[in-house]
Amino acid sequence: MDQAEEEKVFQERVDAEEKIEPKDWMPDKYRKTLIRQISQHAHSEVIGMQPEGNWLTRAPTLHRKAVLLAKVQDEGGHGLYLYSAAETMGVSREEMIDDLHEERAKYASIFNYPTLTWSDIGAIGWLVDSAAIVNQISLQRTSYGPYARAMVRICKEESFHQRQGYNIMMTLMRGSDEQKAMAQDSVDRFWWPVLMMFGPHDSDSVHSAQNMKWKIKRQSNDDLRQKFIDQTVEQANAIGITLPDPDLKWNEERGHYDFGEIDWEEFRRSMSGGGPCSRLRLAHHRQVHEEGEWVREAMRVYENKKRSNQEAA
Amino acid sequence: MTSHTQLYEIFIRSQRGLDHKHVGSLHADDAEQALQYARDVYTRRSEGVSIWAVKSSDIAASQESDCGSFYDPLDDKPYRHASHYDLPDEVKSL
Repeated sequence: MDQAEEEKVFQERVDAEEKIEPKDWMPDKYRKTLIRQISQHAHSEVIGMQPEGNWLTRAPTLHRKAVLLAKVQDEGGHGLYLYSAAETMGVSREEMIDDLHEERAKYASIFNYPTLTWSDIGAIGWLVDSAAIVNQISLQRTSYGPYARAMVRICKEESFHQRQGYNIMMTLMRGSDEQKAMAQDSVDRFWWPVLMMFGPHDSDSVHSAQNMKWKIKRQSNDDLRQKFIDQTVEQANAIGITLPDPDLKWNEERGHYDFGEIDWEEFRRSMSGGGPCSRLRLAHHRQVHEEGEWVREAMRVYENKKRSNQEAA
Repeated sequence: MTSHTQLYEIFIRSQRGLDHKHVGSLHADDAEQALQYARDVYTRRSEGVSIWAVKSSDIAASQESDCGSFYDPLDDKPYRHASHYDLPDEVKSL
């Protein structure tokens, strides 16, 4: 088959809602796009361990600490599922980590914000994980098989993440005035950056059309953002949290909430390394990677020794 | 009688999008032959769209007798499940 025929078969398969599997022929651009998307998704899971890990030693009770530890551990596991899914496309783990360290690869800009108070852990679990879940539920139907299957596994494990976050917020909102103010302050700081997680407006999104045609993306940025807002308002009302947007209003005609405009300048700044903790996140990742070099070195030496022993035997 | 062939474990993907699932094992001289035998033995009724053959000796497996040390600590971590957390009545889904 020539390239045009291959491409036709590929598109027909995608159109028929059949998954693309690792050994199938696929357009170069499809492979490149997915490697970029899956690896950046993986980096986000791993970098996301930092803002939450920041509160592990200061969680208010032993139970909260155990829960947070379990959640951070899950995020590391999710990074692993995703790196493995990307590796099925022929890229190595080392290349991906290198791309992160050399700033050729990005990660979710939300993790460039600091976790200043305990309630930030609640806000992240509730809002950041909810937003991630809305996106990931949609990606369970993405056209690349290994990515779709990783999403199914991840969504199943994420459900406790948002619940524990909401539980922290609910508990604080039933507490003292100071606790209520702390919870509200976290939402005030995190709400807009969370809305940015869904990416630019559809009209400004460069890759959208092709990614929809290849079914890498199944729903547009704006549709997913709207879905998240609609479901979150009820949850905020139930515990007395005010979402910091004066334009947030139910629109009977549309059957959705209207909301205010996002500060896209801040989004661009944060995505291109200018977020409040951007440098800290990458520096920490690099440092831990370098500090782990002796472990990798020891494994290499041990492997070589085992091999030469086998050859001698 | 001594066997000159090796044991292979066979995994079948029943349709695109699903994981390969272990279906059984068979003897073969090499990987290519294992695939051919697996086709004849395990996919006579269009059970699959893809076969994996893995040398049985290459599979690392935990034992049921390891259960205690492997899985025991998980039983006292109910907070890993969403059902562990109560929601206010007004919240229908989370």
